[in-house]
Amino acid sequence: MSLPHIPVLRLGRSYESLDKVTIANCRNGEAVAQVSTVNAGILRKDLQKVGAARTALKKFTVAQLLEITSKAADLFLTATLPLGDKGHTQSPDDFVKTLSSTSGLPHVMVRRNMTRVHAAMSNMKTMLNGLTRGLDLTILDRGFGEQSGTKVSFYSTTQALGLVMPSNSPAVNSLWLPSIALKTPVILKPGREEPWTPYRLMQAFIAAGCPAEAFGFYPTDHEGAGEILRTCGRALIFGDKATTAQYANNPAINVHGPGYSKVLIGEDEIERWPEFIDLIAESISANGGRSCLCASAVVVPKYAAEIADALAKKIGPYTPTAPDDEKAVLSGFANAKMADYIDGAIDADLKTPGATEATAKYRNGPRKVVLDGGIYLRPTIVQCESFAHPLANREFLFPYASVVQCPQAEMLDKIGYSLVTTAITKDEAWIAQLLECRHIDRLNVGPISTMKISWDQPHEGNMFEFLYKRRSFERA
Amino acid sequence: MAIKYPPNPQVAQTELDAHVREIIQWHFSPETGSPFWLDWAKKNFDPRAEVKCFADLMQKFPHFQDEWLRDLQPEVWVPAAFKGQPFNIFETGGTTGMPKQRIGWNDYKVDYSEFAEKISDEHFPRNHYWLMMGPTGPRRLRLAIEHLANVRGCACYFLDLDPRFVKKVISNKQYDVARAYMDHVVDQAIMLLKHRKISALFTTPKLLEALAEKVNIFEAGIRGVFCGGTTMTPQYVRFIVEEVLEGKIGFYPTYGNTLMGLAASVPIKPEDNFSVTYYSPQPRAVLRVVKPNQTDTLVSYDEFGRVELTTLTKEFFMPRFLERDEAIRRSARAPYQWDGVGDVRPFGAMEKNIVEGVY
Repeated sequence: MSLPHIPVLRLGRSYESLDKVTIANCRNGEAVAQVSTVNAGILRKDLQKVGAARTALKKFTVAQLLEITSKAADLFLTATLPLGDKGHTQSPDDFVKTLSSTSGLPHVMVRRNMTRVHAAMSNMKTMLNGLTRGLDLTILDRGFGEQSGTKVSFYSTTQALGLVMPSNSPAVNSLWLPSIALKTPVILKPGREEPWTPYRLMQAFIAAGCPAEAFGFYPTDHEGAGEILRTCGRALIFGDKATTAQYANNPAINVHGPGYSKVLIGEDEIERWPEFIDLIAESISANGGRSCLCASAVVVPKYAAEIADALAKKIGPYTPTAPDDEKAVLSGFANAKMADYIDGAIDADLKTPGATEATAKYRNGPRKVVLDGGIYLRPTIVQCESFAHPLANREFLFPYASVVQCPQAEMLDKIGYSLVTTAITKDEAWIAQLLECRHIDRLNVGPISTMKISWDQPHEGNMFEFLYKRRSFERA
Repeated sequence: MAIKYPPNPQVAQTELDAHVREIIQWHFSPETGSPFWLDWAKKNFDPRAEVKCFADLMQKFPHFQDEWLRDLQPEVWVPAAFKGQPFNIFETGGTTGMPKQRIGWNDYKVDYSEFAEKISDEHFPRNHYWLMMGPTGPRRLRLAIEHLANVRGCACYFLDLDPRFVKKVISNKQYDVARAYMDHVVDQAIMLLKHRKISALFTTPKLLEALAEKVNIFEAGIRGVFCGGTTMTPQYVRFIVEEVLEGKIGFYPTYGNTLMGLAASVPIKPEDNFSVTYYSPQPRAVLRVVKPNQTDTLVSYDEFGRVELTTLTKEFFMPRFLERDEAIRRSARAPYQWDGVGDVRPFGAMEKNIVEGVY
């Protein structure tokens, strides 16, 4: 049978471009699919008509869209859905195998990501309740109403939500899912190696009864990505520090860069450190260490060498296994150059005095390994004497973390931005300081994995507050 | 003026060979030739004795060096037969450093008079008004477009556009400045379209796109557009035809520069899949597609290679100039009986980012 072709979805219209990229199996180089790509001009043309897409969604109530989202969740997880415009279909197993082949993620992690996305969609009502702080959602249908005895009115901040997606982890798509229930079309540029998840999600939504006009799926170039960010009234971008820095001060763009998530242990709990090793190891290595939620630094007031050694002893021996191994813990790299770069960067920085790689002695071999054509980086724990070391506050796309010794009193001044901080402490005075800390996005107090998220609490920004604003309202 | 095309490739080759002999005789004879080529012959060989056909020319001449057009004073290029006649100085390049300069008298009129017969009255009504929204200043194009309009009984409106400035600000990553300049240019075009009756437009693809985002150009009266510029991938051509011009306006892509003249495209057929092929105004100019690392050898048909230009007029002789473009070598298609160049793009476009500015 011919290669699947994934078309551009132009707000209800499937479009086959003359420009296509071939997506290949990152392990054996075999072509897996062709993806149509379009220039920024097509995006500009379509974005002029995006108002019609929002009108199509506004015909539904939020309750109806929640119902559709819930149905789409099950279809995403269990159904055979259309794949492209050449008559191909994709079962859940096909999805797992295909995504694994182009992203390097083992099957078990793809399934875990699927489950996570499914849970986000199934819990959408709970999620919206959390994001809106219990707002009666029919108020969004009417535009105004009364909540807790107060008149409220909300208006949409945009005709569409723009998304410039990464390729690193399928579950990242959970972030845009509330948009549909919030009656906001999505204009999405997929990651180069990961068109699969957003495309399948859109097909699931359409099969569940959502109007196809609500979805823009635009594989495009750098200029096209810029157009999405510039033209959609609200947009999310994922990228490295340099990419996201450009948009850091733009309130219309929600930036998702490196998480620099951390585990901190307080002076009051440090003597119990061996009890927390499993939790910390899981925070570092879950999802192949690819999530922005994964811990990339462990900050302790003492025992840094011992903790680094214990973590290294636990995750250092992790080795790559076949993609379909149910116990797989490492993810391959779709881009070999990325693995080379990371491996080289760590080795180069280890030459700066003040850091020791704790994992080296437990790994019995190089960091970068090849298995059946797949390229992997094995877990790496580096003990750093201070935050001044270049490896102390870094994030890489594999299980990597530094262990830094630092007096508790100085920790909050030195850790820098953290998407998630797990602070293992019962010290109320320090907890009060942690609560005041402005560069911690999500705070876990106590031994809680950095990977844990709650459906009823915002993760990386409140999507409702991003897409809606409250106005004063009176009606005679 | 009806254009006479050779009936088949053999006749085209015979005509080209005869033209080569005539041009060689002209440029290398003391009574008619230019100081540059006469001096070159003294230092190298007398082509009048050795070049009897186009193949000889390709075999015996080295590549023309663009430094010659930058470094030398214009008078060295004046053929003796034109001595005393004031000339135009046209420029190309020049974003950084000295631009290349070519002098001329009537060549541009010949090229564009011929092109005037290749565009339809439906898309370019005679005795009407045109607008040129493209590079002006010292470029040959500025005069050429006006001449083309005049040949068809039309007058042409112009606005200023300095592509060197655009390339410079883009190279400096001053994208906001580039966009503001583009808006400035497009706004002037909108003003003219609003207040004047204009049916034809010459522009670059990027400017056309920007104009169409601000105004419905069909409703503004435009019926025909011809575009010059470099990269137009098949998908981009499709985008222009289907989305920008909405299938309602005639589209005539052209490829040319100050050194060559104008290569017209053949009308796109469905089987072309929007891939545009250009044919040089042979025998006055010949385009070849050569292997980048072995530039005396043509690439096979339907393969990409570097574009090599040979200009053969009595005003200007320029053998085997390697353009900064690459293209697919295409076979002859009626009415042209010689090779064409398809899907032209900047040389090395697949390997590096090229700043094309408003093009």
